[in-house]
Amino acid sequence: MAKEKKGVRLEHISKIYKDPKTGKDFYAVKDAELEIEPGSFVTLLGPSGCGKTTTLRMIAGFESPDEGEIYLGGEPINALTPNKRDTAMVFQSYALLPHYNIFDNVAYGLKLRKLDKHTIQEKVTNILKLVGLEGMEGRMTNQLSGGQQQRVALARALVLEPGVLLFDEPLSNLDAKLRVTMRTEIRRIQQEAGITAIYVTHDQSEAMALSDKIIIMEKGVVTQIGTPQDVYYHPANEFVADFIGEANFLRGPLSHKQGDSAVVTVEGNPVDVVGAAALEEGKQCTLVLRPESAVLADQGQLPCKVIMSCFMGSYQNYHVMVGNTMIKITDFNPKNKKIYNVGDSAWVVFEKESLHLL
Amino acid sequence: MASRQSAALDRKKMLADPIMVTTIIVLIAFLTLFILYPLAILLVDSVYGQDTGLTLSIFERIFQMPSFRKAITNTLKVGFTVGILSTMIGLLFAYVEVYVKIRTKFTARLFQVVSMLPVVSPPFVLSLSMIMLFGKAGIITRYLLQIYDNSVYGFGGISVVQTLTFFPVCYMMLKGLLKNIDPSLEEAARDMGASRFKVFTSVTLPLILPGLGNAFLVTFIESIADFANPMIIGGSYDTLATTIYLQITGAYDKQGAAAMAVVLLSITMLMYLVQKYVLEKKTAATLTGKASRARMLIEDKSVTLPLTILCSLVALFVVLMYICVPLGACFNTWGYDFTLTPKWFIRVFEKYKGLQAFRDSFLLSLASAPITALLSMIISYLVVKRNFRSKGFIEFVSMLAMAVPGTVLGVGYIRGFVNGVFGTGFLSGIYGSAAILIIVFIVRSLPTGTRSGISALRQIDKSIEESAYDMGADSFQVFMTVTLPLIKDSFLSGLVTAFVRSITAISAIILLVTPQFLLITVQINEFAEKGSYGIACAFATILIVITYGSVLLMNLVIKYFGTSHKLKEVE
Repeated sequence: MAKEKKGVRLEHISKIYKDPKTGKDFYAVKDAELEIEPGSFVTLLGPSGCGKTTTLRMIAGFESPDEGEIYLGGEPINALTPNKRDTAMVFQSYALLPHYNIFDNVAYGLKLRKLDKHTIQEKVTNILKLVGLEGMEGRMTNQLSGGQQQRVALARALVLEPGVLLFDEPLSNLDAKLRVTMRTEIRRIQQEAGITAIYVTHDQSEAMALSDKIIIMEKGVVTQIGTPQDVYYHPANEFVADFIGEANFLRGPLSHKQGDSAVVTVEGNPVDVVGAAALEEGKQCTLVLRPESAVLADQGQLPCKVIMSCFMGSYQNYHVMVGNTMIKITDFNPKNKKIYNVGDSAWVVFEKESLHLL
Repeated sequence: MASRQSAALDRKKMLADPIMVTTIIVLIAFLTLFILYPLAILLVDSVYGQDTGLTLSIFERIFQMPSFRKAITNTLKVGFTVGILSTMIGLLFAYVEVYVKIRTKFTARLFQVVSMLPVVSPPFVLSLSMIMLFGKAGIITRYLLQIYDNSVYGFGGISVVQTLTFFPVCYMMLKGLLKNIDPSLEEAARDMGASRFKVFTSVTLPLILPGLGNAFLVTFIESIADFANPMIIGGSYDTLATTIYLQITGAYDKQGAAAMAVVLLSITMLMYLVQKYVLEKKTAATLTGKASRARMLIEDKSVTLPLTILCSLVALFVVLMYICVPLGACFNTWGYDFTLTPKWFIRVFEKYKGLQAFRDSFLLSLASAPITALLSMIISYLVVKRNFRSKGFIEFVSMLAMAVPGTVLGVGYIRGFVNGVFGTGFLSGIYGSAAILIIVFIVRSLPTGTRSGISALRQIDKSIEESAYDMGADSFQVFMTVTLPLIKDSFLSGLVTAFVRSITAISAIILLVTPQFLLITVQINEFAEKGSYGIACAFATILIVITYGSVLLMNLVIKYFGTSHKLKEVE
């Protein structure tokens, strides 16, 4: 559908703001180096204030970078105003024009491009069909539900056939259920239109469900770029591990290194690990263990005491103490297994492949 | 830290938008030429003489004039009195409206009328009716009380008239503040055992204290800048505004007038800066929250009855005074012969060129209103939605005009444009033309329009305009297709406010008008000074009809074509 899929490249992009309280300058985005493939769906993920929206607004042209250059389809676009850039944005608040009906909202950009009436009519009709709003052209925006407004905002951006589609937390104003439906919709429409998309969110499950690649940002710095599986199973640091899903951190010194495998002593208990090739013996290291990768049993690797046991329906939620380390465990389908109660002694069981060595 | 390339990029992006750049340049030129330059020339005039060079002798001279020293004390005395009285009455009205259960529709309606009247009436109507009610031939003093030598002229008269003119401004300001107080704060105090009076003194009052200061300063500035009322009812009690006028029209002392104008301007400017940068911030800081839910109104009769009666009496008195003027135009000789007659109206048109006066006033105001409204919307758009370097300058100067008394501006225009800009002859043609009158109207109404435009635009989510920009519209297209349609109501009311303010304006215009133009307000002033109250009342009555008619028309237009109507319809 898009005229031409365009890639986006950010070269050493930085943005400096003045802190209104202290009056000091700080980096909102620092030395971001990104390469976004044409036709891919990429998410900028991070907690609020990490610089993800600023990065998006620099690509759209609302903010100007203080350092570096942004390329769109190979062309430098730093000096272009938003209306001259081949990007279209879906806003967090939808930003529909309240004095226009749906048709006029979607046709707005086409009219500015001076297309003839017939073409506009055809394009708007097609795009409304794609987002599932056919027959609603005449409605005013305040007669629509949140999800419908969202679809209009998406249609309005898509109809311009931009090189890149930008999303600024578009689902954050919807309720939880609709959020899930809409994100599947967005992914479907992006695939059908075959368009490059850059999506900003602070919701990690949204990022996982949508993206070909996730870019994780913290305090203005890009900390990891990878596929959803990459960032989940091989987080680059504790921040990423903790931000994407839940994580337990087991710490201890490394010993008995043999090629890739080694032993980490956690609270006095030896734990076999793999992926230690780059590490030195005797060094303190951290292991990431996902709560769903471990279960409780009467026999296993780490002895523990149960301090919290909570039935959640599809799973049993445990907090256990191994020495001074607290470990969270989600044990699925608990009905068929033994359920441990607070005060019980047990063992934490996991496969050594489930451990990720930071 | 690395070099800031964003500034350079932002500049480049802006230059890619020629319409916006042109608009900004034209705006800056307009504001500089017609607000800053006339004030600057006054300052230059008052410290620089052609043969004396740089000197303070002009200030020395005017400060040695007893009449000028008297005028300063007079002005400040009136300003403080009116400021305090207006704030108190305004607070009373606002409190009753927001906190007290008003039982009758009549009272509620009365409050509304009182807040509307000063907007639509010419500034000196109350002075006229004051003289007609309490003067030597006043019906109250002469007929009801049998006092034959009562003098309303002077300090008392000015204070009463100005208070009644300006307290509705305080009432509107304080009403907004009181409505913003979260009722649960007061309920919490009541719950902890405070009496109603204690709640008022320990919670409500401290919360609105900066707001009270704000209201006081706003009326103070209005009072000392007021020209028309002191002119008509001041008698020999001269204020700074009238002294400056007499200095230039009577004594032909342009340098002295310039120096006096600088003194008056310094006072208003100081008050304005305190108001804007100290009190407004404090008000916003103490009252940021919106009321969480509706307030339980006071129903206790011992409270509601006296307060409602007190307010109603004041309101009725104000309405009575406004009614007095049209009545005055209908009787043979006010105070002596109460036979109904149309003779004053006939005389206005047959003898005193009434038709020309109305045509001139009407057309000049009509020409200035759309320019003012559009200009103030453009300024508000730039101030609220765009970022550029000279933004602060544009905002400051266009709001600054609020603190410039009309008389000062008038003197500045005379000094600045009679021989052209800086005496070079450039633009000298506009002095005495319709253009300068229209420009004065625009400059005088610009701050009000800009202020309402700014508050209207702040309500609109910034991303709506950004989305249009993102879809390919340039600044001009964004403004025309998105911004303006969304603030249509504010634009329309700005249009009418500008028209009404212009057609009722007098202070600056009276110094600049040349015999080829007849303006209603100038005529009223002239006949009131001569003591021809019948003619003055007839002129004023027709003026009130025009202004009130335009306000009604505006409300109708907004009701049927405004944005709020459209949005309501589809709900």
